[in-house]
Amino acid sequence: MAETAAASTFVERAHKVLGNTKLRGNFRRAMDGLMAKRAAQFADIAAWKSLRARGAAAKRRVLARLPELLEQLEANCTANGIKVHWAETTHEANSIVLKILQDHDARTIVKGKSMVSEEMHLNAFLQKHGIEAIESDLGEYIIQLAGEAPSHIVMPCIHKDKGEIAELFTRHIDGQPYTEDVAELTDAARRVLRSRFAAADAGLSGVNFAVAETGTLVLIENEGNGRLSTTLPPLHIAVMGIEKLVETLDDIPPLLSLLPRSATGQSITTYVNMITSPRKPGEKDGPQEVHLVLLDNGRSRVYADNQLRDTLRCIRCGACMNHCPVYARVGGHTYNAVYPGPIGKILTPQLDGIAVAGDLPHACTLCNACVEICPVNIPIADIMVRLRREAVHPSDSPAVMGAGCKHTATEAAVWAGWKKMYASPALYRMGAKMMQRFGNMMPGGMPLLKEWTSVRTRPVFAKKTLHELAKEQGYSDV
Amino acid sequence: MSEARARILSRLRAAPPSVAPDRPDWQPPRFGDQRLAKFRTMLESWRAEVHDTTAAAWPETLAALLGTKLAGKNSRTVIHAPNTVTGQTLAEAWAGRSDVPVLVPYIESVESFKTVLVQQADAGVTGTVAGIAETGTVVLWPGADEPRLMSLLPPVHVAVVAASSVRDTMADVVTEQGWKDRMPTNVVLVSGPSKTADIEQTLAFGVHGPKEFVVLVLTDA
Repeated sequence: MAETAAASTFVERAHKVLGNTKLRGNFRRAMDGLMAKRAAQFADIAAWKSLRARGAAAKRRVLARLPELLEQLEANCTANGIKVHWAETTHEANSIVLKILQDHDARTIVKGKSMVSEEMHLNAFLQKHGIEAIESDLGEYIIQLAGEAPSHIVMPCIHKDKGEIAELFTRHIDGQPYTEDVAELTDAARRVLRSRFAAADAGLSGVNFAVAETGTLVLIENEGNGRLSTTLPPLHIAVMGIEKLVETLDDIPPLLSLLPRSATGQSITTYVNMITSPRKPGEKDGPQEVHLVLLDNGRSRVYADNQLRDTLRCIRCGACMNHCPVYARVGGHTYNAVYPGPIGKILTPQLDGIAVAGDLPHACTLCNACVEICPVNIPIADIMVRLRREAVHPSDSPAVMGAGCKHTATEAAVWAGWKKMYASPALYRMGAKMMQRFGNMMPGGMPLLKEWTSVRTRPVFAKKTLHELAKEQGYSDV
Repeated sequence: MSEARARILSRLRAAPPSVAPDRPDWQPPRFGDQRLAKFRTMLESWRAEVHDTTAAAWPETLAALLGTKLAGKNSRTVIHAPNTVTGQTLAEAWAGRSDVPVLVPYIESVESFKTVLVQQADAGVTGTVAGIAETGTVVLWPGADEPRLMSLLPPVHVAVVAASSVRDTMADVVTEQGWKDRMPTNVVLVSGPSKTADIEQTLAFGVHGPKEFVVLVLTDA
């Protein structure tokens, strides 16, 4: 795993990485470029707004009809010859994939990029069972060589510079001389992976959109490794979260007009690959079998809450990461989660529980930059606040695992006292007077204050309260 | 296995309902008489090579192009699909000539044809069912006669596009061609050669698929 993942809390990891000037430089440069490219794509604000409204509506419609659409997708895929599997947990999904591979005596598989397979920790699971999974997306291939996890959901090795990559290639690829020439590095990866593709027993991919109306899996990519993984080996397994649906084929063009532009600032990816069936009689290539694994992993629990449900609109463009002032400074590994950045900060605690990832919703300034650019208009900041509240003051909703686990008697008492004081003018005045007289005497290192003052200059309480100042100015009865 | 299915669906059904909103109006862009110009500009922005030619002359255009591109190569092998209009036209025009690359038909299954595809092919020539101006995209509709990998494995992919098939947007093509009732095994939208920017956001071409993407626009078709 990444070196930054060793420390235990987000704050500790963040402190460590903030001192890494090289890493910060890598992220700053990448994020600035991505933001500028995205902005250029959506220069026409009116067009952006109507397109985003269309995209958000398409995904909201899916969530309103999710169970019936899943059944429709299953029926159409099955009719097309795609075998559909359902998994409640990542362990179940892993076991399904393993079973399919074992049934075909598969020893090596090539993978197109898939965040759901990261969520499943599929590669490690397969390795334990003697099956080699080879990442073929260039970025994923690089971090697999490095033994790391992706630091960004669209650009997994964004944290590495070409010097580090050159060293990795020299160490891991036979006969590869050290070069920082990007074209040469890319050629080396092509050479190595080409033979792996040709020899692989199966290909595995994610899914960007599954069309319920036609039973079609839509995959987008620039490299062609996704097409190779889903075409060259005799067996193709696709894994997807149960929310990755659209109702109709007509929903695809507007969503395709949003996704790559938001993600990388390109108007379309090099390839849009639409798969509707395995190889048919008479066809010369394509897999003989196609399997689709539908993964829940907590999504149906999130779905039970009407506010949190909006999280499931996400189309995984990664734009929220690119625009997040926190992400740009600490990078993806600091989150120690499969999905980093703003969407990860709300999704991870919902999937894994607040006890596990409860500090993530606090790693946010609520600046709203992510909400402004989200192509499907997810109210990320509102959900962030909701999860902060759930951590200490659970609602009736059963959707949040571990709600209330961060509750402490001290904090509850402080807020209760605060509330009382603000509700009573007499108490408020008394409190303000006390702070005025004695506030500056409180030692900065005292419990409760310490956490705040250890990283901030301690404020000096004013000699006069606002009330007193107003009175001096001649305002009465304030 | 279906226990998971039943439990997932029952949890989803037990959730409070939400109202499905209407799809708001959205107007994809229109290019009018600039359509073909836009198609070309966008393709070139992806580093595709675009050549105007005609239904009769394109095999000659291609021979000249590949002659330059593949100069210095020993084999100069071009994969074609002989049972398509595109493949047939090419085969007829190049028949019996020694000044053109060798045409190899993709007519057997990938299992026996893999070595040629993966290691030997220099170029693959396919037809298209449409072009899309907004994004500089061609639409491939592979099938029994035109296999999927011939546009992907060789380092050069040549796509033949009828000018009359170019539309403003993907939405136009999907609707006009009635895709929802006739989705084939695979449809691929291609916009340029294979590329990556995974190393320091620096563009590099041909990471897995074709390094070069050549589009022949038939102005009279």
